[in-house]
Amino acid sequence: MPLLDDRVRKQVQDALAGITRPVKIVMFTQGEGGAIECEYCSETRELVEEVSQQSGKLSLEVLDFQADEARAREYGVDKIPAVVLLAGDGEPARHGVRLYGIPAGYEFSSLVEGLRMVGTGDVKLSDATRQALARLTKPVHLQVFVTPT
Amino acid sequence: MVLAHKLALASDLVSADMVEATEFPHLTNRYQVQAVPLTVINETIRIEGAVPESLLVEKVLEAGT
Repeated sequence: MPLLDDRVRKQVQDALAGITRPVKIVMFTQGEGGAIECEYCSETRELVEEVSQQSGKLSLEVLDFQADEARAREYGVDKIPAVVLLAGDGEPARHGVRLYGIPAGYEFSSLVEGLRMVGTGDVKLSDATRQALARLTKPVHLQVFVTPT
Repeated sequence: MVLAHKLALASDLVSADMVEATEFPHLTNRYQVQAVPLTVINETIRIEGAVPESLLVEKVLEAGT
């Protein structure tokens, strides 16, 4: 059964219409499709499967958190369900955009906007912010705790 | 959430995770999440509620310089 209704599917298609470069969605689950796949993992997987079909520029790779441990480490993924958004056009990939847990409700728009930004390179930030970021010398890890509603 | 992802896209030194609080009780416990959104920077800096860009950047600089 589709998770996205026609109206939402249309909204996603519109939001992603401006994407000019490929975006790869990497999703980590465990025991894909089987009885041991965690509830939120299967829901998240089904959600990104549907989302990935809404633009010809999107591709999806579903990986297993245990079997593909090296890939998880590469992307800094330490729990599941996890979704990593990557620029898929051969640019040096930035692995820093991750979503843990199902991006549903309000956070669904975070997923869609993340895809749009990666796929267009259109990241609106003030000049002051960009200058400040250029001064960083150490890694900074942000975790934003949210709930679906 | 989108703001944190923007910073991650604008700097190789920044990574940003959305964490759905109810699915990861061990983390909500560890970081004592009482209300959302809660932003945790490098395990030490906590910002509750929605944050304006200038304040978030100030805290990111504090953690990363």
